[in-house]
Amino acid sequence: MIALLRRDLALAIRAGGGFGLGLAFFLILCILVPFGVGPDSGTLAKIAPGILWVGALLACLLSLDRIFQLDFEDGTLDLLATAPLPLEAVATTKALAHWITTGLPLTLAAAPLGQLLNLPAAAMPALVLGLALGTPALSVIGTFGAALTVGLKRGGLLISLLVLPLYMPTLLFGADAARRGAEGLETTTPLLLMTGISAASLALLPFATAAALRMNLR
Amino acid sequence: MIPDLGKYQDTVLSAYGISLLLLAAIIGLSIWRARAVKRQLDATEARTNKRQ
Amino acid sequence: MSIWKYANPTQFMRTSAWLLPGLSVLAALCVATGLVWGFFFTPDDFRQGSTVKIIYLHVPSALMAINAWLMMLVASLIWLIRRHHVSALAAKAAAPVGLVMTVIALATGAIWGEPMWGTYWAWDPRLTSFLILFLFYLGYIALWQAIETQDTAADLTSVLCLVGSVFALLSRYAVNFWNQGLHQGTSVPVATGERSVADVFFVPLVFSMVGFGLLFVALVLLRTRTEIRSRRLHALLARERAADTRVAPNTPPSESPTS
Repeated sequence: MIALLRRDLALAIRAGGGFGLGLAFFLILCILVPFGVGPDSGTLAKIAPGILWVGALLACLLSLDRIFQLDFEDGTLDLLATAPLPLEAVATTKALAHWITTGLPLTLAAAPLGQLLNLPAAAMPALVLGLALGTPALSVIGTFGAALTVGLKRGGLLISLLVLPLYMPTLLFGADAARRGAEGLETTTPLLLMTGISAASLALLPFATAAALRMNLR
Repeated sequence: MIPDLGKYQDTVLSAYGISLLLLAAIIGLSIWRARAVKRQLDATEARTNKRQ
Repeated sequence: MSIWKYANPTQFMRTSAWLLPGLSVLAALCVATGLVWGFFFTPDDFRQGSTVKIIYLHVPSALMAINAWLMMLVASLIWLIRRHHVSALAAKAAAPVGLVMTVIALATGAIWGEPMWGTYWAWDPRLTSFLILFLFYLGYIALWQAIETQDTAADLTSVLCLVGSVFALLSRYAVNFWNQGLHQGTSVPVATGERSVADVFFVPLVFSMVGFGLLFVALVLLRTRTEIRSRRLHALLARERAADTRVAPNTPPSESPTS
């Protein structure tokens, strides 16, 4: 499992893979929004939590179809399926690798980019904590979507359509926590609910992912 | 014929119009596809039986 | 005698052929009764005016939009556990009907909302969860369309339907947390025993709801028959091509039912 994780990380960084892509997208979005909305700092401060969350989500979507596609094409996935390592563990590892290459950098980048958008300082802890707790759910759900579409030639758009409604609860609670933080309200409840979603997804979805992979490889 | 709908006439009529149109579309599409597939299947079955 | 005998396509085709005409007529009668009664012979509401007549479209279609997904969920479970092809095809057949019901519910709701709430759309919990349901239907249908191997498509869409159901339920309660609603409570008494709709409006509404339900069943039967035939057609065509490429094309095709 660790070997697989290291291999995936190395591939993502070396081959110009999805590593920088999501982050660059996130950066571009946060720079473009003020041009679109106007430089009024009050307006920006109000929409900043939402923009940051939507940006993180879209950046996540961008790199999903790479999770299994290359391994499927060169046959690595078949080898992994017959390896002694259960496919559920493979699914979890893939999700973890995806999170380290997208979710984690996005979380770290959110704080400086929040400054660009005039995010109130009070919202910062809720936003960063929310992203740290919520992006694992995005990666796990996204891995499930990638497993569903792995055999398809052009799964990119389909994956977005499939995964988008599944992302809804996470986005909702995450953005709500950041917004409440900005208004100085209690943020524990949405954060706890979101952590619940992340934990449940992490515990249950790898089984669905592995099932989908088996169906696709048969 | 049409009852007096008052000032909401457009609202009610457009709601009924759109809904009936959508229902007609899905019913029509289902029946059309059912016929088309049945026709093709019958033709193919006739061909297969002739070959035997 | 058990329900599983209908898992046999031949048996299903025979029974549904017998059932379909009567069911269609009954559905048409109920829908027509409910809508004509509702449209022509009900009084206006003292607050909503004549827009109350939209209820005969909005409530039944919303009801069937949810029930269609539940039916797909059950059918998907049956396919995953017992691997009856009819079940998978019925789920596939039901999805577009459910999608249309969702669109009708959303459209009539928006049209009604414009004069009543002053807006076509509000990010109200019920409205939002219906929009999410709409996305789920789109994704489900798109996945069916995208995969070529039919059995794999059935497997994957079933898994999507299961996972989607959990998340749809989750979204339903998450949006409650997110925004207070404009939408009124349920108009159909199920658990409370109390009814928020007066009898004059309720009786045609029942006709309309039963009618939409029957219409859904009839459409799903018809579409499932189409899917079974299409499956058989593809099997025959494939066999024909195989026979053509062989040197001696006189191997008799076996007369097995479609699968």
